[in-house]
Amino acid sequence: MKTFWLLVRAGFRRHSTYRLALLAGMTTNSVFGFIRASILLAALASAGTAIGGYDAPTTIAFVWWGQALLGTVNLWGFAEVKDRVRTGDIAVDFLRPVDPQIAYLAGDLGRAGINLIGRGVPALLLGALLFDMAWPPSAVSWVAGAVSILLAVVVAFSGNFVINLLAFWLVEIRGITLLWMITGGLLCGLYLPVPWFPDWLRTIANWSPFPSMLQNPIDILAGRVVGDDIASAVGVQVFWAVALLALGQVVLRAGRRRLEVQGG
Amino acid sequence: MSIIETRDLVRDFKKTRAVDRMTFSVEPGEAVGYIGANGAGKSTTIKMLTGILKPTSGHVRTCGLDPMRQRVEVARRVGVVFGQRSQLWWDLPLRDSFAILGAIHRMDEAATRARTDLLVEQLEMGPQLGTAVRSLSLGQRMRAEIAAALLHSPELLILDEPTIGLDVLSKQRLREFLVAERREQGTTLLLTTHDMGDIERLCDRVLVVDRGRLAFDGTLTGLAGTVGAQRILVIDLAQPTPDLHDVPGATLVESESDGLRQRLSFDAEATTVAAVLAHVSSRHEVRDLTIEEPDIEDVVRRIYAASGRA
Repeated sequence: MKTFWLLVRAGFRRHSTYRLALLAGMTTNSVFGFIRASILLAALASAGTAIGGYDAPTTIAFVWWGQALLGTVNLWGFAEVKDRVRTGDIAVDFLRPVDPQIAYLAGDLGRAGINLIGRGVPALLLGALLFDMAWPPSAVSWVAGAVSILLAVVVAFSGNFVINLLAFWLVEIRGITLLWMITGGLLCGLYLPVPWFPDWLRTIANWSPFPSMLQNPIDILAGRVVGDDIASAVGVQVFWAVALLALGQVVLRAGRRRLEVQGG
Repeated sequence: MSIIETRDLVRDFKKTRAVDRMTFSVEPGEAVGYIGANGAGKSTTIKMLTGILKPTSGHVRTCGLDPMRQRVEVARRVGVVFGQRSQLWWDLPLRDSFAILGAIHRMDEAATRARTDLLVEQLEMGPQLGTAVRSLSLGQRMRAEIAAALLHSPELLILDEPTIGLDVLSKQRLREFLVAERREQGTTLLLTTHDMGDIERLCDRVLVVDRGRLAFDGTLTGLAGTVGAQRILVIDLAQPTPDLHDVPGATLVESESDGLRQRLSFDAEATTVAAVLAHVSSRHEVRDLTIEEPDIEDVVRRIYAASGRA
């Protein structure tokens, strides 16, 4: 546990050394937040009523929590593990008396932490300053929201970790990563809230792990999901976190048996 | 109990057999040089010893454990440095890497700090502790890698090309440290290298591997004797000189520029540099001299030739 915590801190510190990147990320998130908020407000105005349970303040909350969590949750994936498999540096990870998946998860939680503080919260506050935004309706929503964010980070990490591990079998996984990004970006509810989707697409989304990476925490924090529904939203996330972590373990084991470290 | 034990160890890659029925064992406290040409199977063996690669067949035990099935336990008892790969955290200060590794090895903070301080002092890395690893020079980084591998006081230290790319002074310091560390801790050492100096100064036993097979197992002197590897004395003379055929214990290899530069090979057991030099300089004016050590490629090539596989 202490090891895990130290690895979290190391991830936090690693990513906090790149302050300019954080600032740039924050600026981009804010600009896009402004644009998205304006577009969605216009859509709401033309509908003249709430859409899929979203009125104007919850829509604003949807947009800005989304922008805030964009850097926190690793939606677009990472390439570190894939690169280490390709170069053979993954060997070093196997020389340590820790499980590589757990070690990388710890590092990613640290990365998420600094991104939430350094990039997410400022963007969120800016959004709240410029627009009329709905806040979590109760203490329960705040706490459940925080747990839900943590789970979203874990789900996104675990999914990406599995994708990265495919490098054990495939020389180049760029195509798969791209597919993951496009599908995930749409289905997680980043562009539009999942409840706004047509029925067939919403069904697909709800059977996928992607809403657990963004839509669920946003729904709780924007106050669209309250009461008993919070438990089921978090429950679905727990299911995906456990399922994807377990899948990662299976794939990691298979990959290790297959490993052919090149050269050196 | 042997600290390393392999029996009929085999690893095949797609079309090639990288390690071919390798059988050897290393006892606690030994210092073993593991040498061979590129692609001879050295790194593959090491990766099977440490549980990174799964053997195709055969038996392997490290510290009495099955590395593939007991990887974590092996990792606790073995320290490894791959010269071409880093185990440090690239964008953090060096000090943080030691702290994290200490935690990974379940050492308490006081123990981690004490061990770090000791290694840092011996390796003279104090000034670099606050530097991000990515900003270290190659020599500094390699010392840091070795400190990182030794942090948890492993029984077995495996170094894969630890001096590759280092300048003479850095190599020297690293070797001195390793000698002292082994004297104090009794750490078993398995070392692969292309540098004969590493072997001479650090190892009492040499394994030569050729195309995945063990071609020689014995002492360094035995190795030199087996292949007749000799040191070469290169003498620059003040004037063109007839070929030096009459030096006791030495043989003329080559004469250049009308005898201005002559290369003599000599057997380190039969004579000394000083004796050869004294003999030559009593007859001719010597301007300069250098000594060429038998290089590992040469020794290996001769071994390969001797086993009829070159």
